[in-house]
Amino acid sequence: MAYALEVSALSRAFTGKQTVVALENVDLKVKEGELFGLLGPNGAGKTTLIKILSTLLLPTSGTAKVLGYDVDGEASKIRPLINMVSGGETSGYGLLTVRENLWMFSQFYGVPGSVARERIDGLLKAFGLEDKANAKVRTISTGQRQRMNIIRGFVTDPKLIFLDEPTLGLDVTTSRTIREYIRDWVRARDDRTLLLTTHYMREAEELCDRVAIIDRGTILACGPPAELKRRMNHASTFVMDTTSFDPAPLSAVRGVKGVSADEIESGKRVRLVLEDESAISDVISAVVSRGGRIVSLNKVEATLEDAFIEMVGRGLG
Amino acid sequence: MAVSAHLRTFRHAAWLGWQMESNWTRPWLFMIYSIARPIAATLILVVMFLVVKQGVANDPAMFAFTYLGSVFFMFVAQVMMGATMVIMEDREHYQTLKQLYIAPISIRVYIIGRAMSKLLLTSVSVVISIAFGILVLGLPLDLGTVDWPLFAAAMALGISCILAIGIALAGITFLTAKHSSGINEGIGGAFYLLCGTLFPLTVLPSWAQAVGMAIPLTYWLELVRRSLYPGSAMEAISGLGALGSGTIMLYLVVSTLAFLAASTLIFRYADRRARRAGKVDMTTSY
Repeated sequence: MAYALEVSALSRAFTGKQTVVALENVDLKVKEGELFGLLGPNGAGKTTLIKILSTLLLPTSGTAKVLGYDVDGEASKIRPLINMVSGGETSGYGLLTVRENLWMFSQFYGVPGSVARERIDGLLKAFGLEDKANAKVRTISTGQRQRMNIIRGFVTDPKLIFLDEPTLGLDVTTSRTIREYIRDWVRARDDRTLLLTTHYMREAEELCDRVAIIDRGTILACGPPAELKRRMNHASTFVMDTTSFDPAPLSAVRGVKGVSADEIESGKRVRLVLEDESAISDVISAVVSRGGRIVSLNKVEATLEDAFIEMVGRGLG
Repeated sequence: MAVSAHLRTFRHAAWLGWQMESNWTRPWLFMIYSIARPIAATLILVVMFLVVKQGVANDPAMFAFTYLGSVFFMFVAQVMMGATMVIMEDREHYQTLKQLYIAPISIRVYIIGRAMSKLLLTSVSVVISIAFGILVLGLPLDLGTVDWPLFAAAMALGISCILAIGIALAGITFLTAKHSSGINEGIGGAFYLLCGTLFPLTVLPSWAQAVGMAIPLTYWLELVRRSLYPGSAMEAISGLGALGSGTIMLYLVVSTLAFLAASTLIFRYADRRARRAGKVDMTTSY
């Protein structure tokens, strides 16, 4: 089995006035050809891990191999094979056109001219930027710049691409286009690997072959979304609607033993994961005793989000 | 990395640099700006010179010494600082540095490529300034007597040295925030003072003269002046008259090689430190 990524006992600390441990003893293996998701709240260590794997940052300790090469000593062998796009990325040379920006980066990777031209045309079409191809980057919108940067990531046809929150801030239609492209891109060839971080559970569930849940620099669980959800079989998930869900009742619910709660709709709807279903009576008591009024309470099928909430103890919101 | 990859990086970086220098306005406006800027800069110097050194203004050799020093120092100001600012601009303004950093290119070759547009525009500015000096200010320069081989050799070494210093400072810029422009200007100012740009080294205190003699740009400016003014008049002013042109060329070669080696080491060290500290993609309040 060939691995695109092999991470072993990887740690990264940022020293300053206070030392911040961004990653701690991370072990991770991603197979070649996989679409792998990294899920975690803000500050979990996702971006730090991607920066290390993309040779932008060195680890404090441990090892990380990308396509068989060590990120510390063999960065120059990794770089021709990878690319990275960060979500919300609006960078680019404003005086150049969209096509010129993409062309220049393709040339830095040594893509032959005719191949680059054809690829750029195809990607501009796929991401709906054809009509902006000759527009200067300074004149296009933020969302269009984001799309240009996603194209920049794919224009070099990397063996492994890191997408850090690629659909962040984009509209529904564009996000769907990107998800479809990502899925098709990985499936088109066996040797393509994609590592995706996302805030959107549905995105991870829909796209990823496997998902790792990361929090406070540690991998909490790793497996296919279906398997992670199966781990929830022992638990029960409820969605509760209330007329007014003030902070007091919510914190009381979170205080019930064996219960994790995540607000779906601020002040009105909460998703509850109960290790033992019998704890629902304690939840109801906690809400009612603090002035909350329950409108509805439904048991629902577990989702990846439920698995996440149970492991991390809170949602991504 | 293969030579062809370096050439490709150089070519596209030079193209990018040229687009950034020239693509901000209409071509005719850019042409006017390119001609007016060096003349304006030179006129400031001329006025200062005439006011401060009224008696010396009648000394053609001294006038030529000061004028040429200032004109050729444009290479230091533009090319060295241009190379250094590549990191700052790409990291903080265009926010493309992290994309370039993980690309299979040599960042040093990329910086040199980006600096080429500055080199080209500065060369045009120098030619315009010298022409303006000859035609308007009576700069006593006879192109027929210029020692062109010496001039070409001095320029090649001098530009190499300026780029080497620029790359070293670019490396330091990896580690610093917005203070980088202050460091660049400080070093540029020190060179202006210590390398015999405006006035002979002999007017400086002995320690400053010693520092000046350790900087290759001192020998570069001396050789440029000597090549443009073959004879003894220029040599007598600079304070390096005891040294023959061959000796000065040797000093320039040796000191340039030393600066190139130091530049490589500084850049590699700073690059590694920046990657370790997570500063490659930092953005400050630039």
